[in-house]
Amino acid sequence: MKAEKKGFLANEGFQSVLASFLCILVGILFGYIVLLLINGEGANKAILAILKNFMTYPSRAAQMKYLGNTLVKTAPLLMCALSVQFCYKAGLFNIGVAGQYVAGAGMCLYAALIWKLPWFLCVPFAMLAGAALAAVTGFLKAYRNVNEVISGIMLNWITLYSVNMLLSPAKEVSSPYTVQVASTNPSALIPSMGLGSLFSKNKYVTIAIPLSILCALLIWIVLNKTVFGYELRATGLNKDAAKYSGMKEKKNTILTLMIGGALAGMGASFLYLSGYEQWSCTQSSVPGMGFNGIAATFLGGLHPIGTVFSSYFIQHITSGGSFLDKAVYPSQISDLISSIIIYLCGFVLFFKTFLNSRLSARQDAGRKGGSGK
Amino acid sequence: MILLLQYTLLFASVLLLVALGGCFSEHSGVINLGLEGVMVMGSLGGALTMRFLPAQTPAFVMIFCVVLVSVLSGMLYSSLLGIAGINFKADQTLVGTAMNMLAAAAATVIVKSINIAENPDNVSSTVQYVNAKKAFLVNIGSFQFNWFMLIALCMLGVSHILLYKTRFGLRLMACGEHPQAADSVGINVARMRWAGVLISGFLGGLGGIVYITAGVSEWKFETGVAGFGFLALAVMIFGQWKPLNIALAALLFGFFRALSNVYSGFALLAALKLPGSVYNMMPYIISLLVLAFTSRNSRAPKAEGIPYDKGSR
Repeated sequence: MKAEKKGFLANEGFQSVLASFLCILVGILFGYIVLLLINGEGANKAILAILKNFMTYPSRAAQMKYLGNTLVKTAPLLMCALSVQFCYKAGLFNIGVAGQYVAGAGMCLYAALIWKLPWFLCVPFAMLAGAALAAVTGFLKAYRNVNEVISGIMLNWITLYSVNMLLSPAKEVSSPYTVQVASTNPSALIPSMGLGSLFSKNKYVTIAIPLSILCALLIWIVLNKTVFGYELRATGLNKDAAKYSGMKEKKNTILTLMIGGALAGMGASFLYLSGYEQWSCTQSSVPGMGFNGIAATFLGGLHPIGTVFSSYFIQHITSGGSFLDKAVYPSQISDLISSIIIYLCGFVLFFKTFLNSRLSARQDAGRKGGSGK
Repeated sequence: MILLLQYTLLFASVLLLVALGGCFSEHSGVINLGLEGVMVMGSLGGALTMRFLPAQTPAFVMIFCVVLVSVLSGMLYSSLLGIAGINFKADQTLVGTAMNMLAAAAATVIVKSINIAENPDNVSSTVQYVNAKKAFLVNIGSFQFNWFMLIALCMLGVSHILLYKTRFGLRLMACGEHPQAADSVGINVARMRWAGVLISGFLGGLGGIVYITAGVSEWKFETGVAGFGFLALAVMIFGQWKPLNIALAALLFGFFRALSNVYSGFALLAALKLPGSVYNMMPYIISLLVLAFTSRNSRAPKAEGIPYDKGSR
């Protein structure tokens, strides 16, 4: 059996990529239909605007600048996606990533604006905050048998309100937003090291972007090449078997979530310490970055490198939504498309099983035909 | 004080309805984490009905139509979970999460499109229903009675009887405890699970419309329902998947949620000068604490969350 040549269709990696592309295709098609329903005339132009994103601009300089902006937001999204992925491998659904992201944002801005620390200290503080929050979820899961999804959601809201309170001393006088990092404490801005000049002097493009890709590689190495990664995946596949073979599954649960939390916190600092966005202290809903991370990680076929591309794609269409004609279409169409994509990702396992069973059926039929000759 | 009682009963009604929804779904063996999304869709259906029905509609017709549309939208939306989670054996946690995100995005898109079509300058995601809402209210002295409180109480009774006193309920619970055994005596597991999911959509959609009419007369759909679907799941766990216990748990949680609406009216609480955020956090903190102390000896249905595979007997 093993010596038999496998078709490329039976290749696990190829199936994942195929499945992701199908999800994207159906998701975009659905978005297009919704656009048609809202207003048939502009639908073609609108779907193109979402897909083109920064390429809507005619000049190359402007295109590069806005590509830079998309990348600035891709970095935190990728970190959130990695956080979800790392935990998912251990059988934990880290929906608390949204709260860990908020905790990271709150802590790094507090360190930057109130304590006036430089960026290389603010980032670890953000990681600590995310990890501490995730540790609560981990502890509750490991020792009190609390479903991590429910405790995660509760902590998301608790964190949102806490961060609003935490950051209100650093608020601008006349607006709900925190003061600019660039004017209050420039040393807290993550350095660009010349990267910005590649993107038409986009000052928000920093080393955060390559750092996030580096993190993806690191996660891949930890998961596949270390004992800890092996234990983690084993726990995810069968908790009881892992426990039986002597792995400390309680400790691993907490540690995994803490690493996930640190990744999400770091992601938040990548965005807020680039100066691209300010925190609004009257925010009444948890930022969507963490939830989009869930979309990105499943679309990326639960593979760190695939996630780099899927994160870019999700951010690409999310940013693309802002190029829609606001007087006709709501920009949330992009969110609609990405949530459809996650829903469809639920069918991926079924799709693969179906494909494999068809392939093996065909193979069997072929063998029978061959022996008949 | 009466205001506090009124809000407590209202929010308890919401939590009770949605938690009962979760209870039916979980007893059939499907974890419905998409209840938050079901609530959003149910409330959207109801809110749009209230907005588009003429204001002079008789109160009874108004209540009937609004409830009907909410319930139907909740059931329709929950069938997304049924298709993926039961027929295609998808990961129920993933599908539930996707449903929550999808509901928030879809509701915002729908409401914004309607608003934009009416007036291009109005890009808000708010639906107003000041007049229509009056149909639901009856003033008894200074206590504002809401018909939904009665509906919630009826649903509690119906749920208890349906779950424990009928053949359907016992079969439903069998599918959540040991689907293989249920199947072996000729119960159609997939059909029972579909029933559980649709009932959860029914109750979730109803809970959604109660939530957005509690205390306000317009709703901004961008904010969704602020984690209420998950609070309801916490209520369900605290109530140990039993309708009567769930009702008591809902009253407790409803009280803390109501406190954040009316705390400024109490001299004692106002004197503490705590920021409003503290009261907003309260229900979530309480639920975390409660979960930490009650999940240990959880009586969750044994087979919940595991897709039923006929081959794995």
